[in-house]
Amino acid sequence: MSRSLLLKGFGLLIVAGLIFIPLTLNRYGIYIMSLWAIMTIAAMGLNLTLGYAGQVSLAQGAFVGLGAYTVAIMMSAGFGFWLPLVLAIAITFVVGWLLGYPALRVQHHYLAFVTLAFSTLVFLVFRNEEWLTKGIYGIMGFKRPTAFGVSFQKPIEFYYFTLAALALASAFVAWLVRSPWGRAFLALRENPIRALSLGVDTRRYTLMAFAIGSAMGGFAGALYAPLVEFVDPTPFTLALSLNLLMMVIVGGSGFFFGPFLGAAIGVLLPEWLRFAHGWYLIIYALFVMILLIKTPTGILGIIENMIAARKTRAASAARAAASATLDKA
Amino acid sequence: MARTLLEVQGIVKKFGGITAVDGVSFDVREGEILGIIGPNGCGKSTLFNCILGQLPPTEGKVVLDGNDVTGLRPSELNRRGVSRTFQLLQVFPQLSVRENLILAGQEHKGTMVSRLFGPRDAGLTPDAEQMIEFFRLGHLADEKAGGLSYGQQKLLDAAMAFMAGPRMVLLDEPAGGVNLTMLGHLEERLRAMNTERGATFVVIEHNMDFVMRLCTRVVVLAEGKKIAEGTPAEVRANPQVIDAYLGH
Repeated sequence: MSRSLLLKGFGLLIVAGLIFIPLTLNRYGIYIMSLWAIMTIAAMGLNLTLGYAGQVSLAQGAFVGLGAYTVAIMMSAGFGFWLPLVLAIAITFVVGWLLGYPALRVQHHYLAFVTLAFSTLVFLVFRNEEWLTKGIYGIMGFKRPTAFGVSFQKPIEFYYFTLAALALASAFVAWLVRSPWGRAFLALRENPIRALSLGVDTRRYTLMAFAIGSAMGGFAGALYAPLVEFVDPTPFTLALSLNLLMMVIVGGSGFFFGPFLGAAIGVLLPEWLRFAHGWYLIIYALFVMILLIKTPTGILGIIENMIAARKTRAASAARAAASATLDKA
Repeated sequence: MARTLLEVQGIVKKFGGITAVDGVSFDVREGEILGIIGPNGCGKSTLFNCILGQLPPTEGKVVLDGNDVTGLRPSELNRRGVSRTFQLLQVFPQLSVRENLILAGQEHKGTMVSRLFGPRDAGLTPDAEQMIEFFRLGHLADEKAGGLSYGQQKLLDAAMAFMAGPRMVLLDEPAGGVNLTMLGHLEERLRAMNTERGATFVVIEHNMDFVMRLCTRVVVLAEGKKIAEGTPAEVRANPQVIDAYLGH
């Protein structure tokens, strides 16, 4: 009782922090917070594919890119924001679905390679298909969106826009993983053979896990373009996919709040380490390495283990107390 | 005589040069408990996997209710009412007992879309509660399956196979590694499933006493071939069976 109250209080504190702290930040600080919200959405998508459904993907960055380019290209053509947003989600959903097909044949490292190849392919399209993407010159000259007469042009306004998008994406994922689909995804990850024998159509769920996870990447990309107000190929190299993968794993793969924490480490920590000048990347790399050696299940993994250990102690005590009555029965 | 539910016709399974199952045929009749026995490595589990679509048979046919179901995907076969357990434990340790049971039934309810927008438990909580009560797992309903004892997990494993109200259930070594008290409990519950609910079973077992007590009919395999078929008493008296079990 008191613990759930404590958790609620803690949650409220974080939400309040997310709303009020950026008011005290400068332009760059607000940009970083917006980037955190967007990367959290992308990582949540990957967490669905990898963490819940167990399908390795090194292509999430490519889907962020696809979303960003869809919005940038269409907004420059004068389509406003909302139609391109819907289209970005639809396109990445379909492409994600198609990328799921190899996962029906190959798993683990092999699947990682297939998705890696896809990631590289998408990057080459961004860079080389100049008629569509303007190649390395990039696309600019599109504005941030307005909704219901409210403008989101200023950094702080757009930050609240991304925060609302993050809330929406979180609600969606929370609902999805608690639905029967969430159970089927877990079954697919833990034991596909048994899942099949229980009637779980593992093919369809695999494709769905890819499609939905990728569409969330596309959603994140659709927010990234108006945040930066400039889209070029460089942010969408394999490095972004690897970064998103790291966020999911460091935060805790398969945990609902893993991506929030992972994205905080992936986006905010390098900024906080800037005081170390040239050393900051080395410190950052060391930190991530030590973290992963100490906690292969991610930060939320340790916390869960600690809670489980406490519960086990309590249960053992209860069992010892009850053993006398059990013996009689 | 009861209706034939499943016909297994001349199943052959070769792995390279090895013939694991060599032309095995038998029928499963509605409401019976059919035992399949044989020494280690005689092809029992491979036969199961061929029947259930986990492995494609090299030759032969599987007919369910008059329809050819050879090579159908396991999930499709399961939706047509054939359920199974595996030799090794296959429960989902992170899910509670109740959640395991709901998972085992949910794919039989509605379509993928209706499940997504439907209730979290796919409306299966009452069925799960009933199954929990039937297998006397009530005090464990909210425990994570991974925290149960081996025997309790075996019970849950069997209970999961019944969640979708199957026409027949194939059990691969249900007694393996289960202690005597729990074994008695399991046997009694399986028999109750058979008599009270008319469930049809095919049971692969090593534990001869268990098979002889539980089964109404027994098929004996040796080196991939069927060497005998009949009531437990007939099979027990068959000199070929004695030979296969005691060695040449």
